[in-house]
Amino acid sequence: MEQKDRVEEISVRHGRPPVMAPGHTFATITDKISSIVLTRPVSLGWMLGVGFASLWAFILLFAVSYLFYQGVGIWGVNIPVAWGFAIVNFVWWVGIGHAGTLISAILLLLRQSWRNSINRFAEAMTLFAVACAGMFPVLHLGRPWLAYWLFPYPNTMNVWPQFRSPLVWDVFAVSTYFTVSLLFWYQGLIPDLATLRDRAVNRHTRTIYGFLAMGWRGSARHWKRYHTAYLILAGLATPLVLSVHTVVSYDFTIAVVPGWHSTIFPPFFVAGAIYSGFAMVLILAIPIRYFYGLEDFVTMRHLENSGMIMLATGLIVAYGYIMEPFMAWLSGNKYDMYQFWDRAHGPYWWVFLSLITMNVVIPQVLWIPKVRRNPAWLFLISLDVLIGMWIERFVIVVISLHRDFLTSSWGMYYPTRWDWFTLLGTVGFFFMCMLLFLRVLPMISIFELRELLPEAEVKVEP
Amino acid sequence: MSLVPVYGLLAEFDNPTDLLLAARRAHEEGYRKMDGYSPFPVEGLAEAMGFERDRMPLVVLIGGLLGCVGGYLMQWWISAVSYPINSGGKPYNSWPAFLVVTFEVTILCAALSALFGMLGLNGLPMPYHPLFHSARFEFATRDRFFLCIEASDPRFELTQTRRFLEGLGGHGVSEVPY
Repeated sequence: MEQKDRVEEISVRHGRPPVMAPGHTFATITDKISSIVLTRPVSLGWMLGVGFASLWAFILLFAVSYLFYQGVGIWGVNIPVAWGFAIVNFVWWVGIGHAGTLISAILLLLRQSWRNSINRFAEAMTLFAVACAGMFPVLHLGRPWLAYWLFPYPNTMNVWPQFRSPLVWDVFAVSTYFTVSLLFWYQGLIPDLATLRDRAVNRHTRTIYGFLAMGWRGSARHWKRYHTAYLILAGLATPLVLSVHTVVSYDFTIAVVPGWHSTIFPPFFVAGAIYSGFAMVLILAIPIRYFYGLEDFVTMRHLENSGMIMLATGLIVAYGYIMEPFMAWLSGNKYDMYQFWDRAHGPYWWVFLSLITMNVVIPQVLWIPKVRRNPAWLFLISLDVLIGMWIERFVIVVISLHRDFLTSSWGMYYPTRWDWFTLLGTVGFFFMCMLLFLRVLPMISIFELRELLPEAEVKVEP
Repeated sequence: MSLVPVYGLLAEFDNPTDLLLAARRAHEEGYRKMDGYSPFPVEGLAEAMGFERDRMPLVVLIGGLLGCVGGYLMQWWISAVSYPINSGGKPYNSWPAFLVVTFEVTILCAALSALFGMLGLNGLPMPYHPLFHSARFEFATRDRFFLCIEASDPRFELTQTRRFLEGLGGHGVSEVPY
């Protein structure tokens, strides 16, 4: 990046807040972020937060144990609605993960330097969200202890997975996504782990961070290969993240169910994923910058940009909502037409109405700059979008299934308390992981923030 | 050479520009066994020290191609040879249906070779390194920039090299023991 740009990034431009507050040096950035992990005492608020989140994680454990004991009959799933909450939650959590990869990979390739202060915890969010997502298809299997049958491995039964099935594609897509996100996250952490190793005061922490840093010493040759590998990983993660929700949407579109069998699903799903993902980024970023005093690094610029991305992807999602019924009517297929009539007028009309309100109507307030620059408002809108996107998946999964071709096999779906415990349990598990992450790893990429400073610019001809 | 075994001489700088200029001067002087250390990647530094061949792209390309071919062959062998099932009258080798998994396995193998290739080519993990003996070196991961000319360089001579490094305008030169 040119030095002029870099200085401009730091300074206030067009009245927009800067990416980083002025006055920082390599040393202050390093000390500020590493001290959160190394020297900051454990606060009561953090303890309460982890305690509450862990409580829900234990409820998840309880709900899952009972599920293993009793079977999926404890859930509200039935025929015709065989997918229920498990698949709704799966799609919702995978989608949330997408923003992390968008920030870490796509915005890196697009040279959006503001990503440097939010990519680390957004990637952590991706990992934990995908971990939550991955639980659901397995729990939904009925015999979850046989989940490894999904992978192709030589076995004495001489059977193999069916590679023409989108459900098998999904196994590969989600497991690849998790692995690649983990590799990318770990590679980004290596130099920062070395920083923690060198800053650690206590022998044990030094040993642990030293072990994880693998002897990183910042050699120029190492950095060169590191940088190439980092860019390549970003280049690999970019098509990957777009493919993951595309493949998730194939789970639906390849089927013949009215409301599912639609070519608009892949882009529509990807936009929705980023929409809900940025909502989760804001839900995490707003309290984190407040409680850890990181307003210098996660500035209003980040919050505002995230709000604008939410607005843009939300509009794509709204376009999808319009095109779905339009295509149904254009097709003249009575089952498709009925499906969309049923969404607005059937027994779940109030779900559909709240979907439109929460996902399309309310987020339009983001057009107002004052709202985009107000953390409290952004937090509330993000909460609204997260719930809205969950409802979207409920509409797609449940309303499409409950009335398809034969009126004799129409039915209703009602979630049970175990459905709710499992959903809220994963939310608790997610926040427990996030809170633990904040304490043990640098939540902001230190070396990438150093690169943002004007002093990082080499002032000689190459 | 002195009697105490020396790994090299370490010169300290406080900004990337000085480090890059020093590396360039040292290379012009004929030194080859040296390395620069910085808290973030400094553009052009490795090249200034004569590092030309970055084989990372090749490693990832090979990994990706192996994943691509291997991923497809796996599906072909499973679906057409080992366990052929007639599914909707499609051919056993129904390649369009195999593209998704082929793509995923390609990305997976390429990404694994990117991280492990980077670590392998860099010789990591390396828990012990003589540089960690240097008291100042821990600042290489904070805000300091170092140039180390190693004793294994044929042109290395303790006093002369020290004088050369001191003439580069850094913040002190220190010996790094083995």
